[in-house]
Amino acid sequence: MSSANLIRIALGAYLLIFFSYLLGPLVVMSLTAFNSSGFPSVSPWACFTFEWFGVLFEDKHIRDGLFYSVVIGIGTVILSVSMGLAASIVLTQVWPRFRSTYYTMIIAPILIPGVVLGISTLVFWDRVGRFLGVEDGSFLYGLFHNGIFLTILGQSSFIASYAMLVFVARLQRFDPGLTEAALDLGATHTQAFRKILLPFMRPAIASASVLAFLASFENYNTTTFTIIDYKTLTTVLAQKVRLGINPSISSLAFIIITLTVFAALIFEAVQRNKARKDAVRRGKLKTGDKGILPSFLRGNPAAIMLVLLSFVVIAMVGTAQSYSPEQCKIRVKEERQIEIQKRIDALKKARAEQQATEAAEAEAEIPAKPAPATSGAFGNVFAPDNLTTEEEEVDVAPEAGSGAFGNVFAPGNLSDEGAEAEEPPKPEAGSGAFGNVFDPGNLSGGD
Amino acid sequence: MSSGVAVDLENITIRFGDFTAVKDANVNIKGGDFFSFLGPSGCGKTTILRAVSGFLEPSEGRVLIGGNDMAGIGPNKRPTALIFQNLALFPLMTVWENIAFSMEVAGASAKERRKRADELLDMIALPGQGDKLPSELSGGQKQRVAIARALCANPDVLLLDEPLSALDLKLRQHMRTELREIQKRVGITFIYITHDQGEALTMSDNVAVMKAGIIDQIASGHEIYDDPATPFVASFVGENNVFRGKIKSIDGGHAIISTNRSGDLVARITPAQVGNLAVGDEAMMFVRPEAFEVAPEQGSTGQNLVSAKAVNEEFEGNSFSVFLEGDGGKLIKMSVPNLGQDRISTQGHDLTLRYEPSNAVVMPAGELASE
Repeated sequence: MSSANLIRIALGAYLLIFFSYLLGPLVVMSLTAFNSSGFPSVSPWACFTFEWFGVLFEDKHIRDGLFYSVVIGIGTVILSVSMGLAASIVLTQVWPRFRSTYYTMIIAPILIPGVVLGISTLVFWDRVGRFLGVEDGSFLYGLFHNGIFLTILGQSSFIASYAMLVFVARLQRFDPGLTEAALDLGATHTQAFRKILLPFMRPAIASASVLAFLASFENYNTTTFTIIDYKTLTTVLAQKVRLGINPSISSLAFIIITLTVFAALIFEAVQRNKARKDAVRRGKLKTGDKGILPSFLRGNPAAIMLVLLSFVVIAMVGTAQSYSPEQCKIRVKEERQIEIQKRIDALKKARAEQQATEAAEAEAEIPAKPAPATSGAFGNVFAPDNLTTEEEEVDVAPEAGSGAFGNVFAPGNLSDEGAEAEEPPKPEAGSGAFGNVFDPGNLSGGD
Repeated sequence: MSSGVAVDLENITIRFGDFTAVKDANVNIKGGDFFSFLGPSGCGKTTILRAVSGFLEPSEGRVLIGGNDMAGIGPNKRPTALIFQNLALFPLMTVWENIAFSMEVAGASAKERRKRADELLDMIALPGQGDKLPSELSGGQKQRVAIARALCANPDVLLLDEPLSALDLKLRQHMRTELREIQKRVGITFIYITHDQGEALTMSDNVAVMKAGIIDQIASGHEIYDDPATPFVASFVGENNVFRGKIKSIDGGHAIISTNRSGDLVARITPAQVGNLAVGDEAMMFVRPEAFEVAPEQGSTGQNLVSAKAVNEEFEGNSFSVFLEGDGGKLIKMSVPNLGQDRISTQGHDLTLRYEPSNAVVMPAGELASE
């Protein structure tokens, strides 16, 4: 094998590793959204299901969080884009000697931790309220302690700096002579700004808006301090993670990923189409020159893959109308029951043998105790919703087992399908998973 | 079209910090004049233009357009239109939108604007190109669009800041003629900035020659060429051979100057320098390359004869440039028109050159234009 081939293979392997590092988590997370198992997981695949999307849309907290995230995102876009544009224009106008100082000042919020920004926004506006002597219950007091107001201001304080960086890059290519030409032709300063500078900045405004919206949407550390009694998607999700999660979050992630991919694809398609039209208009390209694939797909394997993926998604959503996971779920449940029954039989047999030997060794006080405990526990084994913790029970001493059963009957746990996923294939591993099962957060996770 | 409006600069001084860009400039430009400011780069000519268009206020002095003081009036309120050096066409607007921009900001309807833009496109010989973008035009076409855009504003004064400098030679020559024609047609005052003396001489009614913020001479192109006021003007406008020396005698309109290396020579005193020269003064004498000819009697001496050895010859199409070395290594350039006959090369020969005394000018010694 030649060294060139080796290099090519090494490069391919490197790319593979790189992309799996980059995209692997997203793929795994997307898959968990379709697994019926109650905890986000892939490896013991239970049933293919869309129920988590339903769970997601029925979750009022997530819906509210999403709504406020969008509201705050729009507010932040408006505020930070206008502040960033103003700041970048000032940067081009300010005296050269003052320029680097000004730049450092304007860029500083990016370097300040978001936590600090959040706390200081909260404290600052509280102080402003006190300084102005606004009274509790008045409009201004309400405004200065309003989570949406404070979050928009807090986020804009550093997102405006990002926006400014985008604008500065574009402004550097602006010929100030154009503004002068407009003024010379009788335009007022406002007209020159509106008709010359603003159209030139439009692409930068668009990208800064997207950037600002995304930065606002995913912001947590500033928001968590300023949001007060409202909630955004990030704060809702953080809360959920603390209390135990279910795959409805994966389904949300899947929706976001899909939307992003589609938006990017559509944007790319529109851009290429435009470039193509321009080329045709300038006579550099013949109109009849069309390939088999739309132009933006040609020579772009990533785009082709994404389109195929989107077809798969559409097909899946289509089958979702007719496909019901219930049948599968029942089957999985039955299989599990049979398996458990086998184990229980094996256990019974082992215990019987043990009892027999024990009885043989010492016939005195002990035999009375384990017998009622086990029989009590097994009485519940066949309850359909109580499959959960039986296996873990297998390994523990009967004394501990009775304590554990108290949890098993907790109402939250009865409906907990998710614990099935936790079930280890081998009984020996059960002791490790044991801790999770009794975690109160986990118990309520399937709600 | 409006008739020309006079522009007067009264004692204009413009300073940037410690640097004086323009010093005490006094210029009266007649209405309907094609007036050029000519000077090397950095001489302050663009600064003057910006003061007229309103982009900067003079530190001292007044700008009057049509007799009205322009102090405190911004560029968008002055009756001037500026054609920028880089043209500054709006890249995101089509050609017709560019042309009609001044009407757009004045609130004219799209229909009116389109109509006027199409008229102007016809005038600049670009009919039907209105829907293109400026980036799709050639250099000369952009040039003409910039002119049309400025004219669309119906200015009283059109200011042009070296608009032809980016064009290639052929196009530049063509545009010179075209600009002059446009100016005659619309009849407004043109103020033209250039460092190219050819442009200034061909197009202008009057030319101001500037050196380091100071105006050396204001006169017609002809006068500037034939009767330069200062050694700078003489050496900057066109080509000139300079002879340094002392005034030996003055006789009416002529002076005899004893040069350092070429003996006594006679020259005419330009009108601007009458009375400025006295016997014994350091002086400079200028003779244009085309004023020299090979003397009929070789080897003779006289006050209008210079002896030199032809060392090099360059063919320039319409003429030959002969480079000669005079006494003491003095370099002289002579221009011989190419009349198409078989011509005997003078290279390597000792020659006696002759000139008409009226074609040589003498003036007090001063600063020359650096090459």
